[in-house]
Amino acid sequence: MIDFLNNLDRRWIFLAMGLSVLIPILLKTEFPETATAQSQAVFDEVEKLKPGDKVLMAWDWDPASAGELEPMATAFALHCASKKLKLYFMAIYPLGSQMSENTINDVIKVDFPDMKYGEDYVNLGYKPGYEGVIKVIVNNLRELYPTDARGTNLDQIPMCRGVTNIQDMKLIINVSSGYPGIKEWVQYAATPYKNKFKLVGGCTGVQASLMYPYIPQQLAGQLGAIKGAAEYENLVTAKYAPDSPREIYKEGRRRMGPQLIAHMLMITLIVLGNVIYFVQRSRGAA
Amino acid sequence: MSDNPSQQNDDLQKSKLEILEKRIWMTVPLLIFVVLLVRFNNVPEMGRYYAVDIGGSVEPATKIDRAAGLAHVDIDRSIGIWVSAFLTIGIFSFLYKDNPYYKVCESLFIGISAAYWMVLSFWTTIVPNLFGKLFPTWTQSWALPGLPTAHEGDWWLYFIPLILGIMLLMRLVPNYGWMARWPLAFIIGTTAGLRLIGFLQADFWGQIINTVDTFPSYELISTEISARNYDVLAKLFNAILIVVSILACLVYFFFSIEHKGGVAKVARFGIFVLMVTFGAGFGFTVMGRIALLAIRLEFLINDWLALNAV
Repeated sequence: MIDFLNNLDRRWIFLAMGLSVLIPILLKTEFPETATAQSQAVFDEVEKLKPGDKVLMAWDWDPASAGELEPMATAFALHCASKKLKLYFMAIYPLGSQMSENTINDVIKVDFPDMKYGEDYVNLGYKPGYEGVIKVIVNNLRELYPTDARGTNLDQIPMCRGVTNIQDMKLIINVSSGYPGIKEWVQYAATPYKNKFKLVGGCTGVQASLMYPYIPQQLAGQLGAIKGAAEYENLVTAKYAPDSPREIYKEGRRRMGPQLIAHMLMITLIVLGNVIYFVQRSRGAA
Repeated sequence: MSDNPSQQNDDLQKSKLEILEKRIWMTVPLLIFVVLLVRFNNVPEMGRYYAVDIGGSVEPATKIDRAAGLAHVDIDRSIGIWVSAFLTIGIFSFLYKDNPYYKVCESLFIGISAAYWMVLSFWTTIVPNLFGKLFPTWTQSWALPGLPTAHEGDWWLYFIPLILGIMLLMRLVPNYGWMARWPLAFIIGTTAGLRLIGFLQADFWGQIINTVDTFPSYELISTEISARNYDVLAKLFNAILIVVSILACLVYFFFSIEHKGGVAKVARFGIFVLMVTFGAGFGFTVMGRIALLAIRLEFLINDWLALNAV
């Protein structure tokens, strides 16, 4: 048995992992989510805002990480729109602008048809330049954004008229899939201007553990990968869409079903691998 | 060919297996194709994107739209679903083994990403932030109707990035490639300067403050203990653990003294802390990768095969 497992073709493990994710998706398996301190902190920061407060929605992600980040982006948009905040979408990630448009189409246009472009929300679009963009717009927004994503002069957009830089925002929400992303927002916006606005964010699993040292002084709260998204989604829908929320507001929780089964498989494989290792070592010693 | 009969037998078995594998590779796609064809004929949701025209714009159709007969199949987006599905399967096929189908998908992904990035950068940076600053009236006339036509103060400074940009492109000209070193030096210098300040402020100084700030004050400890609230002791323990862990990690990376005796023990604790950190990172990464796998499988099951629609 040990020899069989030791010589097992790795493709059987790939197949087992694929099935462990596939079957819960087919069965639509869901598990209850309880908010941890981090998700609650993010929720509370948005809750503190008053209607009309300005929020920068920095959507620094792309379809490659949509599996983890789309649910939290959708939940952020639902939360902010429900609170009637002024939403300024922008991106320093090449496809971030398209992701902003997706969020606008999926959430705002469907569930908040009364919100008007230019008055309640605007998509400023993408600017290349990595952290350089943050460094500039934190002092002068028009230096890099003379127009929005549609090419309209910012001075012709009602909600942009009084905005000179991102220090005018009450909160920055960053959804980040890598570089440039949440770390750069901490370094060039939240740390030097910590008395002006707060920063919360959601990021991929790869980044999540690296962001904890910034919490709470430099980063008010973060949603770590799909788990954070599911918890936050639960908090938001419980308050703002309690009666049968649409499927897109349940994506995070739905994706936690495959997580549980796949993690159980992963733990079993790790234990099994260790058992095989120790058995072989003892055989070698004998 | 080996003279050893046992080796010959092994070679024969191997070639038989290879022939069997080739046959499977030819048969399985054919079977899948037949199943897909049958399903496409019988299930109206499979591989089809239903849309509805609302006020001149095309929106995704709901089940109600379809039941009311308002929805129609959007051919372009339906083709998109099929292309995405076959590209997804192509990438997954690498898990079996490297193959030409995977190579095509990989090359397409890289090529499209690079081209998309180039076009996007042109229209979002070079047009509004370079042409728009240097030649605002001209840029407004053909590219950005909303752009202000008046020159900003010091607008001529934008000739510097224009010249540096042209110099960067000289890398493509064999005899003038050296010219690209100047803008590259400028980019590396400014990036290093910019990042140095960011890291000093947020990571070096900021992290020292954060570490010290985790300690509850003496007044808080005495007040909480007198109120029989012992949570503050957990906070104090946490703060002490953070400081000890940081110092132990620093000792591990301090190679100027030999790791012997007490120093070795502290360094060993530092390794333990590092392993815990890597473990947390690994756990989060696994979670992320599973979520990415889940979304692709959701796409194949829901959007393409419509298995959950039946």
